[in-house]
Parts: sequence; structure tokens; C-alpha cells
Amino acid sequence: MTLLRVEGLTKHFPVRGRGLVRAVDGIDFAVAAGETLGLVGESGCGKTTTGRMLVRLLEPTGGRIVFEGRDISHLGRRDLRLLRQDLQIIFQDPYASLNPRHTVGRIVAMPLEVNGIRPPGGVKQRVRELLELVGLNPEHYNRYPHEFSGGQRQRIGIARALALRPKLIVADEPVSALDVSIQAQVVNLLRGLQRDLGLAFVFIAHDLAVVRHFCQRVAVMYLGRIVEIGDREQIYERPRHPYTRALLSAVPEVTAPARANGRIRLAGDVPTPLDPPSGCRFRTRCWKARDVCATTEPALTNGVACHFPEGDDG
Amino acid sequence: MRGAVGPAADPYLQVRDLRVRFATEDGVVRAVDGVSFAVERGRTLGIVGESGSGKSVTSLAVLGLHDPKRATVTGEILVGGRDVVGRPDEEVRRLRGRDMAMIFQDPLSALHPYYPVGRQIAEAYRVHHPRAGRAEARGRTVQMLDRVGIPQPERRARQYPHEFSGGMRQRAMIAMALVNDPDLLIADEPTTALDVTVQAQILDLLEDLQKEFDSAIVLITHDLGVVSQVADDVLVMYGGRAVEHGSAEQVLRRPRHPYTSGLLACVPTLHGDADADLVPIPGSPPSLIHLPAGCAFHPRCRYADDRSRAEVPELRSVAEGHLVACHRPGVAS
Amino acid sequence: MSLSTEIPTVAPPPPTEVDVAGRSPGQLAWARLRRDRVAVISGGLLVFFLILAVAAPLVELLYGIGPYDQFQEKLRRSDGLPLGYAGGISREHWFGLEPGSGRDIFIRLVYGIRTSLFIAVMAALLTSLIGITLGILAGYLGGWVDSVISWLTDFALALPFLIFALAVMPTVELRFYGPRDEVPTWFRVAVLIAIFAAFGWTGMARLVRGQVISLREREFVEAARASGAGLGHMLFRQLLPNLWAPILVSFSLAVPAYVTGEAALSFLNIGIRDPTPDFGVMIFRSIDWLQGDPAYVFFPGVTIFALVLAFNLFGDALRDALDPKSSR
Repeated sequence: MTLLRVEGLTKHFPVRGRGLVRAVDGIDFAVAAGETLGLVGESGCGKTTTGRMLVRLLEPTGGRIVFEGRDISHLGRRDLRLLRQDLQIIFQDPYASLNPRHTVGRIVAMPLEVNGIRPPGGVKQRVRELLELVGLNPEHYNRYPHEFSGGQRQRIGIARALALRPKLIVADEPVSALDVSIQAQVVNLLRGLQRDLGLAFVFIAHDLAVVRHFCQRVAVMYLGRIVEIGDREQIYERPRHPYTRALLSAVPEVTAPARANGRIRLAGDVPTPLDPPSGCRFRTRCWKARDVCATTEPALTNGVACHFPEGDDG
Repeated sequence: MRGAVGPAADPYLQVRDLRVRFATEDGVVRAVDGVSFAVERGRTLGIVGESGSGKSVTSLAVLGLHDPKRATVTGEILVGGRDVVGRPDEEVRRLRGRDMAMIFQDPLSALHPYYPVGRQIAEAYRVHHPRAGRAEARGRTVQMLDRVGIPQPERRARQYPHEFSGGMRQRAMIAMALVNDPDLLIADEPTTALDVTVQAQILDLLEDLQKEFDSAIVLITHDLGVVSQVADDVLVMYGGRAVEHGSAEQVLRRPRHPYTSGLLACVPTLHGDADADLVPIPGSPPSLIHLPAGCAFHPRCRYADDRSRAEVPELRSVAEGHLVACHRPGVAS
Repeated sequence: MSLSTEIPTVAPPPPTEVDVAGRSPGQLAWARLRRDRVAVISGGLLVFFLILAVAAPLVELLYGIGPYDQFQEKLRRSDGLPLGYAGGISREHWFGLEPGSGRDIFIRLVYGIRTSLFIAVMAALLTSLIGITLGILAGYLGGWVDSVISWLTDFALALPFLIFALAVMPTVELRFYGPRDEVPTWFRVAVLIAIFAAFGWTGMARLVRGQVISLREREFVEAARASGAGLGHMLFRQLLPNLWAPILVSFSLAVPAYVTGEAALSFLNIGIRDPTPDFGVMIFRSIDWLQGDPAYVFFPGVTIFALVLAFNLFGDALRDALDPKSSR
């Protein structure tokens, strides 16, 4: 059952005197109930903007966001309230995402307070349950964020997102600010929650390895567009878009098999979204680009947006 | 450039029993607690650790960048045979930039926003070449920008840092660090702020440049993948102390300290079983004010015994050039 | 200009997780404040001045002399200078007598502190209230609200304070009272406070606006928004608790500015007038007697100096305690 469907979603930011930043420029995807979709790409690809639009922290410029069959892309504040109980967000920065002047209990209870929800057994009881659920000591209810480590703070942020029992959580780089030895703890926690509570996730990350361990499906974004989308297997084992291949090959790994094997190095940086290249946006860095790539933008067909996808040219 | 750690004939950088302490209102922070290592010309040492491991504090001590009012630095830091510790500021400053240079994580904050990039690089050159004329410095700047792979170096030299993309800024930063042909290059998380595809370019560049300039490189990072790609030797730090030290091959392929093994095991990879849970290291890194007694890692170590809890393990050789600070080396492998 | 060597020196790394039982940022700041010797001394002095101001009638009762009591018999008939040494200091009159009027300087100073602190604190409270309200609204709402408030701020800053005060005080007095009427002191006090408030809110408004703009982008504010929080929750629950630190510091530095400001206006004869006890009035009167009775200027001068210095030192210590990472 489709929980969330995104059609032609667009977000343009006007920049004074310099035109439009096409942060997200017409993307489509769907997330089924209880499914995890990874949104990967480099900085400026629009993954974070997409996440903010899904939870309506940003107003889409165009396109539709359909949640449980209902178009939510332009709901007013009052209607949004109900929606927000089903759709929550986890942030990247475990320091900025918790109000330093509030106790942990108050932070986790905030969504309940804002929505005037009094759970059976009381707010305090619910908060304790939530803290326990994310692996924190429920007795730490009265402590302040500065008394916790980065990993523990991220758990607090997760508990807050779970307070309203959402159906879908947008996780925006939830582990990238954490120490390596802590990342695995949080990834495991999120995996467990996803399994046990049947949550759907849109998992935004730049770290392809982390996404691989968390997501059933993956969408690769480049300059505001989805260039490839598919099952995890497909993306990681048989990538078809040149950009996906380059991205995977650029990840430095300790355990990588023989290094010379198919190593791809992209030239240059990502072009500015103020003035994206004509046709295929990746063509300026692509080693397979030909004339058609500059004139015609490839559509996303069979999960890949490329005129010359891998596997088609033998 | 890889090879076994031979007997260090004449290491360019030699650090012996380095200790750095900060007095804070909560108590004394022992940021670095007796660390020793050496780097020869043409080799790269990767210092790996998490936040609070002391890796960045170590690098700043080598460059003599700690404020003496806040930090107490003891031990020996020999750069080309001259001890940096306790040397007057003025002399260390002369070494810095000419004999040793640094690449920062965030080039945007290390470059001055109001001066053209080229002018800043030329300035760095002229500080240490007082007799060089304007034209010579400019020529050298363009040459360096070209060398680090910045297209149209003449035009780029006149632009300001904000006109550069992240990857280009880091290249410019590297050009500035190398403009005086330093013998020692310290790179503190040089690619952490960059995208993976750009990171790959920069790592390749560093590798190429090292061959060409034959400098000693200290690379500080939390990313084991990055270390495995460029380092010849690896030093793993935890709680301000060295826990494992050896060639990259030894430390990353045959780790003998439970912390190193744990770190390698908990990183998600692009290979292997994606459905299996990751194997995390429990707990979090220790407070540097109240470091656990004995081995600092023991509260998170599943192999800890009474001895680990009571006695700080010394770095001991477990193989040729492979040092481990553990009472039960190899227990986790 | 040595660009290459301009490398920032590093701060010590933040201590990782120290096991302290549930101490709020406010409690931590309080603990830091109590460890700061300057803060303790200046704070103690402030408390002393405050008690003196509040308990002025009690002091009068114990001292046995009122601020308007005149002791003409203790002045020299010829030139009105107090008899005795150093402006007539004696067991009955601790700080001596005012030349000319023969009033007791000590009790007039005690009441002077009362007048002065009342005006300064009220003015600071009023300016903070206006400044916080406008600053939060401008910072959080942005858009045209921000434009209008910022324009108002610039407008208020562009008005020359002293000329405005000189022009407005007499005009307002004339508007409500005839030229021959006695203008009551409370009215002058109210007008003074109003003038200070009309000019003083800009600093607080700018400070708060800037703070709110930087807080607005923080993820905890977004988290509240993503949970459907309304404007009231945003402003009062999420933002305001994070603004108290700069507001308190700004407030504690505004009070001494108003103390000197009020004294200056009274000195220029457009604030409080004789015989109401006040620093500015006393210093103004003492100028005429400087030659014959230098002790007269000494006591009000030293008191106002001590009061303002204590406030400023305490404000600085407060800033350090609330934000230990700031410059030190």
C-alpha cells in the first residue's frame, strides 16, 4: 500500500538579482507503508530540501505530495496539525536540534504538548516509555541536553519524533554528525524501530554505505533530479547510471577489493543549481556524454534517467 | 609508496612522549597523554580517532599552535631535528609555512574572505621569501594553482574564496600549503567537508603531490576508508593515548587492539551482508577529565579483565613495527 | 598583513559527558557567577545599594534626620558654608551639610540613590519590554513586520537624544501645568522614564532580533514547527528561554547607563529639580560651591561612581558566567 507519493515535486528559491536556485526540479517517487527509501546524493542535489518539503517545513513551488491518498502539498496550518502526527522528522545535528534550555522530558513531550494530546497514563509515563524505547535511562527525564553525548542526544531527537506515533519519519542525515563507533548504534536502533513499529522511512544521507544498511529502496539524486531509483540490490550491485557508478566507486573503503578494479574518477565539481547544464545535468562530468545529452533531458524510465545506461551498451 | 615500516633512519618529524593538558573550569583535560611517533620524508602517517581522542590536539601541538596560556605542552617534537616544544613563538612561526604547513578541514574559514585567493598564496610565499618580487610570487602562485588542478589558474588567482566551489577551495588551500615546498604537511580532516566524488579527487591529488614533493604527511581523520587509501603507517588514538601503531597493512588488516577491531567492524560497508545488524562498540568515548582507570577503553571492551581495569597498558611490540597497547593483544581478532 | 600565518589558536576541546545530576544551564551559570570574585563583590555592593534605596525611610528613622531638614544654624552666616571641617562632617552629619541650604548630605544621598535607581530600573524595564517584544516579532516574523520595526529602530536612533530631551521636557510640562504652577516630582519622573524608554529600546530590539534570527534557523525550532507548534509556543516556549541570557546582560548594563543619563539630565536642569534629592541635582549645586566646599561634590560623585562601576562590573561578570565561551 502506497503511503506517500511524490509527483513532479519542485522547489525553486529566488536569489536576489541572480535568478532561481532550482534546488529540487521535478521529482517523483513513492514510499509504501513500512518501507525505507534512501535519498542519496552530494551536497546541492536537493535531498535535504526534499525532506523538508515532505514534512512541510518548506512550501513546494510545484508538484504534489500525496500522503495516504490526500494531497498535502498546500494544506493550511490547521489541517497540517493532524498530518504532522503521522509525519515526523529527525535532524542531523544532535546539538542544534534540542532546545538547550529544556529538560529531556520537556523536549520529548513537546509534540504531545503542542498538539494537546494527553496519553493514557500521563505525559510523563509516555515520555519514560519513549526514552526506554530509544535505549536511554528513563530516569534522565529531568536532565538537560548538555549533559548527554552526541549519540545520546540523537536518541532524544528520535524519541521526540516517535512521540506522536508517526507512520513515516524523514531522517535527514541522522548519523553523519556522530562518531564512527556511535553511528552503528544509532543505525541499529533505527533499524530495530523500523522493524518493530512498522515505520516507513525516507532516509536522507550522503553516506552510501550507511544507506545500504538501512534502506530497501534507494533514489540517487543529482542537481535537483532523481537520476536512478531502484531496489537496494539493483543500485549497489548493478548500478546503471554513470553517476551512481562513479559515486559508488569514489567511496574509500578499508575492505574494498583490489583497488584498480573499475575505479572511476569524476572531473570537476557539481555545477551550480542556479544554472544547471542543458539536457542531462550530469553530462558535464560524464565520460559517456554525447551530443544528444546536451540537447535532450533523459526521462526516468525503468528507474534510470540516462540516454546510455549501463547494461544497454554491452 | 607503500612498504613495511623499516628502521626509521632519519625521520623528518619525531614526536616523543607528547603530553598536552588544558586547564578548564571542570578540571584538567589531558587531551594528549604520552604519544610518540615518527614520520619520514615521502611517507604518510594516518592518525585515526574519534572526537576527543586527541588527534587534532596532537597536530596543533606539532605546529606550535596551542595558546601557552591555556595549554601545557611537554615532551619532544623534532621537526627536521629542531625541537618545537618550548621554542619562542617567533621561531616556530618561521618554521610554520616554510618547513611545515597545514591543510584544514574547512578551507572557507582558513582563507581570508576579502582578499583574492592568488594574493593570499603569493603573500604566503613572500613571507618566507622576502627577496622575491611581486612577479616572481605571482608566477609561483599560478604555477601552484595549476599544479593542484585548478583550471585557468591565472583567472582563478584573481577571484575571491567565495567564488570557488568546495573542492576548488580545498585545492587552493593545498596550493597555499605547498607554495613554500614544506618538508612536512599536516592535513587535519582535509576531505571531511567534501563530497565523496570530490574527496576521491583530493586524495588522489595528495598522493600525487607527495611523490613529487617528497614531503612527510600527517593525515588526521576519523575515516578509516580514507586512511586505508593514502596512509603508509597508521596510529590509532583513544582517550588521548596511542592504542595501536604500525603499517597500514598491519593495523587495518591484522588489528590487534580490540578498539581498532571494533572500529573496523562497526563501519557499514558496500560489501557483505546488508541485512545483518552492524556490530557497534557499546557506550561512548570517555571524558578526558575523568579518564577510566587502567586501559581507557576497558568500559567499552568486551574482553576487559581485572588487569585492564587497574593498569594502563604500555605500547608493546607484537610484530616487527607493530605496537599495541593492550593487556590481551589480538584477543578480538 | 601576514595572511599565511593567520591561523586561529584553538580552544580546549569541550569536556565530554561529565556526570552531573540534572543541572540546568541557568544553575551552571549561577555556580560560575558565585566562583567569580568580581561578580560577588560587585553583586554585594549592588545588593547593598538596593537595600539602601528600598529602606531609605527606615534609614531616615534610624539616622534621625530627614532629607528636607535644614540646619541653617550650622552654617556660617556670611557665606553659607558649613561650620567645621570637610563640609561639616560630625557625629550627627556623617557626610556633612549642604552649603547654602544646610541639609544633611548623607540622608539626601540615600534618597538620591532611591530616586536614581527607581528611574533607572523603571526605564530599563520599560525599554526591555518594548525592545524584546519588537525584537522577537521582527526576528521571528521577518518580512514587512521586520522592515517596519527596523525602520522604526533606525528612526529612533537618528533622533538626537539630548536635543529632544531638552526640547520635550519643558514643552510637556507646559502642556499639563501652567507656567507658574509647581510641577509635581512624580510627573517629572514619569516624563524622564518615558523619554528614556522612547530612545532606549532600540539596542534591546536589535540584540533580540539578531538572536532570534540565528535561533530561528536552529533545528529545535524546526522540530517544533514540524510538530505543529503555533506562534505562541514558538515565541514563549522555544525562543524566549534561550534569550534570557543576553537580555539579562543587556538589562544589567542598561541600568547604570540610565543612572548616569538621569544625573546628566538633572544636572542640565531638565530632570529632577531641587529640593528633590538626586545625584544630578546635588552635583549641579556643588559646582557653585566648589571653591569653598570641595567636600560637597565628593560624596555624591563617589557614590554615583561606585554605583555605576558595580553595575558595569556585575554585568560583565554576568555575561562571562552565562556564556563562558565568550571573550576572556
